[in-house]
Amino acid sequence: MGTLSLRRRLRERGIDAVTLLVLPGVVFVLALFVYPFLYGLVLSFTPREGGWLANYQKFFSDPFLYDTIWLTLQIAVPVTLLNTVLSVPVALRVRLMKRQRLLTAILVIPITLGTVMVAEGLLTYLGPRGWLNRFLLELGVANSPVRLVHNYWGVMLSLVINGFPFTFLLTLSYVTGIDPALEQAGAMLGARARARFFRILLPLLAPGLAITLALAFVQAFTVFPSAVLLGAPAGPTRVISIVAYQAAFEQYDYPLASAIAMLMALVQVIIIVALLGARTLVFRGPASTGKG
Amino acid sequence: MHRSLREKLWAIAVWSVVVFFVVNLLAMIGSVVVNSFGTRWFNTWLPAGFTPQWYTMAWAEFHLPDILVVTAEVVGAVVVLSGLIGVPTAYAMARRNFPGKPAVMLLFLLPLLVPPITYGIPMATVLYQAHLAGSIWGVILANLVPTVPFVILIMIPFVEQIDPRVEAAARVFGAGLWRLFTQVLVPLLTPGILAALLLVLVRTIAMFELTFLTAGPTSQTLVVALYYAVFAAGVRPGQSIDAMAVVYMVTTLVWLLIALQFVNPTQIVTRAKQ
Repeated sequence: MGTLSLRRRLRERGIDAVTLLVLPGVVFVLALFVYPFLYGLVLSFTPREGGWLANYQKFFSDPFLYDTIWLTLQIAVPVTLLNTVLSVPVALRVRLMKRQRLLTAILVIPITLGTVMVAEGLLTYLGPRGWLNRFLLELGVANSPVRLVHNYWGVMLSLVINGFPFTFLLTLSYVTGIDPALEQAGAMLGARARARFFRILLPLLAPGLAITLALAFVQAFTVFPSAVLLGAPAGPTRVISIVAYQAAFEQYDYPLASAIAMLMALVQVIIIVALLGARTLVFRGPASTGKG
Repeated sequence: MHRSLREKLWAIAVWSVVVFFVVNLLAMIGSVVVNSFGTRWFNTWLPAGFTPQWYTMAWAEFHLPDILVVTAEVVGAVVVLSGLIGVPTAYAMARRNFPGKPAVMLLFLLPLLVPPITYGIPMATVLYQAHLAGSIWGVILANLVPTVPFVILIMIPFVEQIDPRVEAAARVFGAGLWRLFTQVLVPLLTPGILAALLLVLVRTIAMFELTFLTAGPTSQTLVVALYYAVFAAGVRPGQSIDAMAVVYMVTTLVWLLIALQFVNPTQIVTRAKQ
């Protein structure tokens, strides 16, 4: 009787045998995502030597370490803005296309290939004997091969190749969620293309763009394989994930590595909160057709 | 609607960006393929001659048979396990409202929003202390972290599309949870499960960071082996690295082609859209 009423009370709150099916998923994510993260947080405050803040003091007193935040932002911020700004007009065009699928399928290739493959591809393609330099030399634009790999530009270009399709496809999914009738109404009332974009489309697109920027930024901020393979990992592309990796797997200083990982997460959270906060400032109520 | 000259020029400019991007992308892939078959290639458009020798060299030097077996094992296990954990969880998330559901939803969103290298370093630390990292099981567990929530989030709308009366009817006729799943839900959910698992497959083949952080010498997948090969470039001829890259590209692109029969390309990125 007691168990029956307990069961009934639970069921009234929506908990029964079916609800318990969430447990495998929840337990898994708790065990392999939340627990390691909290473990890393605690570990970062238990340095191998010194007080509880020693890892963070070490990071912020060594320019070789703290400069990586600035270096990474110098790569991640421009490429995020470039990819997103390019994505909007392209997505607005492609939206009107009848046969989008071939183009979207081609653009999904670099995402599928992944950063390592794109890095190797660009090493061959952009290298001194690659097709791009061949083209520039034949054209007479350059007298000697342009150096595009093993420096800042190599990493930048790899982030464009991997990142532009991502921001484009995400923007496209938001753009197609906007009811075309709204833009037609604007056109009928005499708004030119420019006015329709700035007064109608952009405000409706703003929430989606904030999310696109946030996702594109965190991806670019954690650039790793291409910064090693295509960049100058000892110099201008010594990004924060490289020092975190080196602390963990070359110096075996897991507490310091955890501290760097936590700082990486912190920078990402700050940027995301700022972007999503800006989103609520410009958000003017739902007008999309539910797809975005 | 007549279009002014300015609008036409703008359209041309936008399409030039697309064409420029696609041409460079295809040239990048093409130069890897050409180089992998080339003999000597200096100041010309194409190599002096063509040969398949780099493939036989890469096949032996990079232990490609072993790596391909490990890759298949990892990807297969990740696909099956993320389906087994993800689909029932998605079913419960779609059908029940329980206290704390928004928090659980956030829990499933986070592994998709946080980039792998950020949580991968503490996760690898925990897996090394549990003596799991370095083995194939460590790699499988690490790869499941983003794929389980991914399957859950993709499957929720698929479950919501099913009429609850179908399940109620099955219940009335005495089906328990197990029979409900095996005989009613899984057949109805097949298109969704297929789409979700194919996307997991494509993503796991290309998942570098998590595999890289947890793999030992005998549990490397193809993409990690490719990273080490490029990292140690100069030890071996560039053409054999490109031959390995072609093997990797063919592996991923074949599965991408299969996946595109069942999913829309935009679905590959819009996983974590809110």
